[in-house]
Amino acid sequence: MPKSSLKQTLKDLDTKKISIRELNQDYLKKIKEKENLNVFIHFSEENVLKQIDNIEKDNSAKKLKGIPIAIKDLFCTKSMPTTAASKILENFNPTYESFVTQKLLDEGSIFVGKTNLDEFAMGSATNTSFFGNTINPLSKENEPLAPGGSSGGSAAAVAADLCLGATGTDTGGSIRQPASFCGVVGIKPTYGLCSRWGIAAFASSLDQAGIFSHNVEDASILLQSIAGFDQRDSTSAKVDIPNYFENLDDDLNGKTVGIPKEYSVDGTPMEISQIWEDAIKVLEKKGVKIKNISLPHTKYALPTYYIIAPAEASSNLARYDGVKYGFRSDEINSLDEMYENTRAQGFGREVKRRILIGTYVLSAGYYDAYYLKAQKVRKLIADDFNKALKECDFIVTPTAPSAAFPLNEKQNDPIKMYLNDVFTVPASLAGLPGISIPFGKDKNNLPLGIQILGKHFDEQQVFNAALSLERSYE
Amino acid sequence: MNNLIKGEKHDWEMVIGLEIHAQVKSNSKLFSSSSTKFGSSPNSQVSLVDAAMPGMLPVINKYCVEQAVKTGVGLNAKINNYSVFDRKNYFYADLPQGYQISQYKYPIVGEGKVTIDFKDGTSKDIRIVRLHLEQDAGKSLHDQNPSKTYVDLNRSGVALMEIVSEPDIRTPDEAGMYISKIRSILMYLDTCDGNMQEGSLRADVNISVRKPGDEYGTRCEIKNLNSIKFIKQAINYEAKRQIEILESGGSIEQNTMLFNTSTGKTRPMRNKEEAHDYRYFPDPDLLPLEISKEEIGKIKSSIPELPDELKNKFIETYKLSNYDASVLTAEKQTSDYFNETINSDSELKNHAKIVVNWITSELFSLLNKNNQDLNNSPVSPENLGQLIKLISTNEISGKIAKDVLEDMFSSGKTARQIVDEKGLQQVTDQGEIAKVIDEVIADNPKMVEQYLAGKAKLLGFFVGQAMKLTKGKANPKMLNDILKQKLNKKN
Repeated sequence: MPKSSLKQTLKDLDTKKISIRELNQDYLKKIKEKENLNVFIHFSEENVLKQIDNIEKDNSAKKLKGIPIAIKDLFCTKSMPTTAASKILENFNPTYESFVTQKLLDEGSIFVGKTNLDEFAMGSATNTSFFGNTINPLSKENEPLAPGGSSGGSAAAVAADLCLGATGTDTGGSIRQPASFCGVVGIKPTYGLCSRWGIAAFASSLDQAGIFSHNVEDASILLQSIAGFDQRDSTSAKVDIPNYFENLDDDLNGKTVGIPKEYSVDGTPMEISQIWEDAIKVLEKKGVKIKNISLPHTKYALPTYYIIAPAEASSNLARYDGVKYGFRSDEINSLDEMYENTRAQGFGREVKRRILIGTYVLSAGYYDAYYLKAQKVRKLIADDFNKALKECDFIVTPTAPSAAFPLNEKQNDPIKMYLNDVFTVPASLAGLPGISIPFGKDKNNLPLGIQILGKHFDEQQVFNAALSLERSYE
Repeated sequence: MNNLIKGEKHDWEMVIGLEIHAQVKSNSKLFSSSSTKFGSSPNSQVSLVDAAMPGMLPVINKYCVEQAVKTGVGLNAKINNYSVFDRKNYFYADLPQGYQISQYKYPIVGEGKVTIDFKDGTSKDIRIVRLHLEQDAGKSLHDQNPSKTYVDLNRSGVALMEIVSEPDIRTPDEAGMYISKIRSILMYLDTCDGNMQEGSLRADVNISVRKPGDEYGTRCEIKNLNSIKFIKQAINYEAKRQIEILESGGSIEQNTMLFNTSTGKTRPMRNKEEAHDYRYFPDPDLLPLEISKEEIGKIKSSIPELPDELKNKFIETYKLSNYDASVLTAEKQTSDYFNETINSDSELKNHAKIVVNWITSELFSLLNKNNQDLNNSPVSPENLGQLIKLISTNEISGKIAKDVLEDMFSSGKTARQIVDEKGLQQVTDQGEIAKVIDEVIADNPKMVEQYLAGKAKLLGFFVGQAMKLTKGKANPKMLNDILKQKLNKKN
């Protein structure tokens, strides 16, 4: 079976080789066949058919007209419920459409459903969802694998070819790591490139929307569609969005790639080191100068992240209190009890853990030692990158320290789980764009990912390098 | 010093600091475009942001920032080019986000001062620590249902300025004067409507007592007082309570207190141990607020005359006394009214003192009696000016003018209309007045006799009789002169 491609499908629709209805019915069929993967929190065939009806009546030309897209269930959508994979929002129906999903709707795309994720995007295996695990489509029978997380549903949706692209959000690696685990392309753009308006917040200074796709070209098309300034998000950037796809250029001759020595972590499996070396060799062959760089504060990135992100989360999630919307406990005898029982029953273990950590690090007497210190280290980490990126055009590292692991592994060891983000978190703290592309396999024939990081708002360079590596690998 | 209060054992001095919460005058909220109109039906002015729906983000309302800067300038305070919005985290049913966006470490306005004037002509500076911007919370309604609490989010997100003073205040009166002065400045600047009844201006009072010369004592904070009367009452009660405790050998617990307006007593709301840990941290949804020198300069140049400047101007231009000028400038609506009145006719500039009197005694007492406000006075400044001109040109007497004003007040007619319709012009015809006087003299021969025998006081009687006959319209001076002349001729 030929690999799916958004670019090719757009051509086929244009030349009437296939109709929008045929295309989407084909996808509906696949979605129903793969229900066992638990990719979607919300899927309604009726809703998709209605969208097909509407788009068929629409005579205007649209860039993504009729293209089936899956939406991470952290984006608020008018036409479908939005749960953030949490019991506390189990029956929440937004009256508004997030900036990103509105842009996709404006381009004429069809939403096939809302994909599963770790509750409030907190996790690395899509196993903290109130709606159960998502299974990695690459699993062998009776050996279910985790799809990574938190955007595991979206990554799996693309990997299982249940859509031609999916939205994700990445706070510390939540797009790149599941992309790596599922063998698909995942890009987290520069912080501020896509508006956060309408995305249930996890950690505001880190959250960034991005894209999953079957290949780099498709990612470049889709990212352009969701990027742009939004005055409703004060951290949204006023930058011109280039036509990434038109500008794609896999000729890297004369460019310089930075290889950070700090990413050679003890205990990294051989296979990971191997694909990293392979990628460097490929680039060298293409005339890319190899530059060894140092990002000396890398080792502090994980602890820094696990202070800042929970701190912001503890405050961002305070609004889920049972007063205004969402779940409210039945066992209420006082206002305090309403809060306690609603939040105790409405949030899962991982979310509660992070709220506790975040509350602690912001507490009087601990603020300076934790939160303030973490902010200072974050600045140092960003400075490391800014300095290094003066000497190179982009940086190449592995995406994750392993291939997809079995579904229930690390379930009870949060620290081990947090280590999944070791290669993705530093760039998140620095707000830099990063992409993960499939590059090589491990001994079990599971895909591994290579991460390419670029300068602020230089997504084009990231795409170009990714395209070059992708083509050499294919 | 007369600022001390007598305890059983010692004299005590109060140490008072105020945190004033002033609602920024703005059509929309601090971080959303919802309306701020007072008195609308519950939850009719609530945006997705105000209700803290998932994924909603605050966007700063630039107008509110300008208003805060303006206020800072009016408080003679340092405007900070860089300030930061922080989250103050706590749970309450009428706080939808679970945090209030406020400014903690880096407020928009730094140190300043305001001057309060005493009746004896002295004055005192009260130092301001800071002014910062923050969101208001919603309102919990406990009295709508016996078993339920309802929440109204119309106020949620409305912009407030918190103005914090140093503990420079020593008496309840000073506290009252300080808040009046702040209110006056805000209203001149048009940055707050100053309406204490609607809660646009309220204060938390920090108070401790000490023996004169001692270090500051432990303070208590009385929350959310919305009238100057209550502020004074609460301070008096609380100071007395603290003194009683100290004099009986006890110590003050640092408490947050509530004031019961019907009993006039304070009671503890929470103690230090129960105090919230607000976990302040910079709001990651908002960028630091940066204001350039140019922007500050632009705002500064847009600032109208403030009460102190205006007071001096009035004293200089119109030769008014310090007292008259301070009464006129205490409220912007009064000085505006005065300005409009005195400028309605070039003649009136020479009668400034009369203008002041007619506004601050005659018009004010009518307004008071009818429970009305100068802002919606039935008598316009132009009409009052016209009335005063009629007096100054001797067209009507001051006494008749009072009746005319009352008529103007209730009928809405102009002074000229009333005077013409009722024929109230003064009689200034010598012959006519002489005729009336002749009549009075002829009708009261005995009185004339007594007057001529030396009972000079009786002159008033003849004036009264003559006035009665002219229905009060005779020019008093002419009446007097002619009367004396005629009576003396009899001699």
